[in-house]
Amino acid sequence: MLEIHLILLFMIAAAIIAVEVRDMLSSVVAVGAVGIGLSLAFLVLKAPDLAIMQLVVEILSLIILVRATSHRDLPFSASGRWVFNTVSTISFILIFLACAYISLLNLPVFGAPQLRELSKFYIDEARTLTATENIVESIALRFRAYDSLGEATAIVVATIGVLAIARRVSIKGKADDER
Amino acid sequence: MNDNDRSGMTLIVKTVTRLTLGFILIYGIYIGMIGHSSPGGGFAGGVIIALSLVHIMLAFGRDAALRRIHRGTLRVLTGLGALVFLYIVLCNPNTALGRIALPICEMLIVGAGLFAIFVALVLLSKGHRDSE
Repeated sequence: MLEIHLILLFMIAAAIIAVEVRDMLSSVVAVGAVGIGLSLAFLVLKAPDLAIMQLVVEILSLIILVRATSHRDLPFSASGRWVFNTVSTISFILIFLACAYISLLNLPVFGAPQLRELSKFYIDEARTLTATENIVESIALRFRAYDSLGEATAIVVATIGVLAIARRVSIKGKADDER
Repeated sequence: MNDNDRSGMTLIVKTVTRLTLGFILIYGIYIGMIGHSSPGGGFAGGVIIALSLVHIMLAFGRDAALRRIHRGTLRVLTGLGALVFLYIVLCNPNTALGRIALPICEMLIVGAGLFAIFVALVLLSKGHRDSE
């Protein structure tokens, strides 16, 4: 497990660099390094599905981020309203820690899943019931099709939201310049 | 293809894009369609298709890309994929139709949706720059 620890250390270092560096473009590149490290970690943990997905999503988001930040540096304001900022940050951290404590108490122990029979059923019957060879895909798109439905809904809602917000002219004004 | 105007990147990038574009599209469709028997799936295939469209846009400029793919078409494809996906999942995902159509629908949703988001963001930033 040495590789996974090395990759994790690399990702933590890249994340700290991404937060601390002043230049926007360098920060975006550091975020990309974190994503590539995550893809490598999936590959080491023998999950090529997730590695492919992480790699392509990382490239797409990196292109969008570079495109958005390459022409200007966003102004970074660190002054003013420091009381409100400090109070809101500390209260957010406290609420987060409380919620994390409650939810971690209720999690099953790592390596001892509660629904053991269900996972055994998935592993045994996936090939005969769904006629697929890839068990990850058979679970994602057959046994848990509602999960995939939620995922697709999230993407569609995100698209609708961006298209609704990022239009040039309002609906009541003159028509959006359709091409 | 008459894209040799000044917009976009240099002639080298345009030529290489013209050569590799079909291969990237085919690879995305392949990743999406073989998801049931090897690593991959609709989501990754859709993202690769969206990446190939982004590739056109970066190489040839925004106008050439939008001449080829209309924005309305992207919206219609995303909505159509979402509706068919909803119909299949709510009825019965374990039919022959579901087996074939679910990855295709996911590919449509992800590919068209992500590229629509990219187009909207690019047009928004252009609009800001024009108005300033």
